[in-house]
Amino acid sequence: MLELAIGIILGCCALGAGMAMIAGIGPGIGEGNAVAKACEAIGRQPESKGAVTSTMLMGCAIAETTGLYALVIAILLIFVAPNLLVDILLNSIG
Amino acid sequence: MRSKSRRLTAVDILLIILMILPFAIGILLKVLTAPPSEGISITGARVYFTIPMPIQDLPITEAQVNSVLVLISIFALCLFMTRGLKVKADSKRQHAVEWIVEKVEGLVKDSMGDYFAGFAPFIAAIIALSALSSLSSLLGLYPPTSDLNVVAGWAVLVFALITYYKFKCGPLGYLKGLAEPVAFLTPMNIISEVATPVSMAFRHYGNVLSGTVVAALVAAGLQGLSAMVFGWLPGALGDFPFLQIGIPAVLSIYFDVFSGCLQAYIFAMLTMMYVSGGFPAEDYEKRKEKKQARKNKQNNIHKENLEVN
Repeated sequence: MLELAIGIILGCCALGAGMAMIAGIGPGIGEGNAVAKACEAIGRQPESKGAVTSTMLMGCAIAETTGLYALVIAILLIFVAPNLLVDILLNSIG
Repeated sequence: MRSKSRRLTAVDILLIILMILPFAIGILLKVLTAPPSEGISITGARVYFTIPMPIQDLPITEAQVNSVLVLISIFALCLFMTRGLKVKADSKRQHAVEWIVEKVEGLVKDSMGDYFAGFAPFIAAIIALSALSSLSSLLGLYPPTSDLNVVAGWAVLVFALITYYKFKCGPLGYLKGLAEPVAFLTPMNIISEVATPVSMAFRHYGNVLSGTVVAALVAAGLQGLSAMVFGWLPGALGDFPFLQIGIPAVLSIYFDVFSGCLQAYIFAMLTMMYVSGGFPAEDYEKRKEKKQARKNKQNNIHKENLEVN
């Protein structure tokens, strides 16, 4: 029974980590849009390349934030949560 | 006229040694305290030792030690670069320093305005510290920026600065700023206020950490792959991970060099944006004028009283 409980905990942590990374879709699309528009802008006005590039990198970094939140949660779920939850389970059993 | 490089003096050589020594110490510490482990594992910062404290023991981790080592190295670098400055630049070193200072001052003035021109040294310090911390992973050290505690410390510092400049119009002005544009949005504004340092810390830490994790996973995968492909070779040759040579370095160019420098730049840019964006410049000017007017008025009244007497 205990093995089953620990197995459920580990499996759910892995599943949760995988599901958390679905958030990676958003920043991917957003950064793709940003870079596409930046390319268009540079194509239209090649002399403004420097300003457009630095602004684009800045925007990309900010768009990436949600993806990084998901990454942090996934890493916590994989490396930190299982130990913590198993400890809680074992303590509650006594 | 071509500027010639000055000959190195004993002090210069000492400073160069001081620049390199911290990293050597870091590598030595890492090698000496490395636990005997099989394969590649992804762990947090290793705890070197703990200092007993009244409430909770204070663990001194790899990240803290490495960030102090980076600080010492930057300190020696600054001393080395600014040694023997002349009014008329005659050495390559001084030209390099002047270029850096001009670039940073231009950047700060462009994005923060003239009022914040004094921020240039702080911004340069943030960029240097963050970039060198991330780049120290090239030497095999644990990069301090991939530990949330280090970056959260910087983010708290930036948060204090932002709040300080928001308080420039007095506590009432700050509270009024929270209730804008309409009063019932106050909780939202408070949340976004707190979210600023959190997002800054997570952005920087997540980027560097993701590089570390991906690099470790790729290295582990290559180990397994080379065991599969070259496993038939006799003896020690069969155990040797041939595929691990060189291929992880390509990833390292993106994750360590590009991403590390980009994150340093972005952290500095966000600091500048938040600090100058949160500062109510117009209100501050008005307040200053009002204060000046009141002062003048009081002085005039004082003078009149004196004259009457």
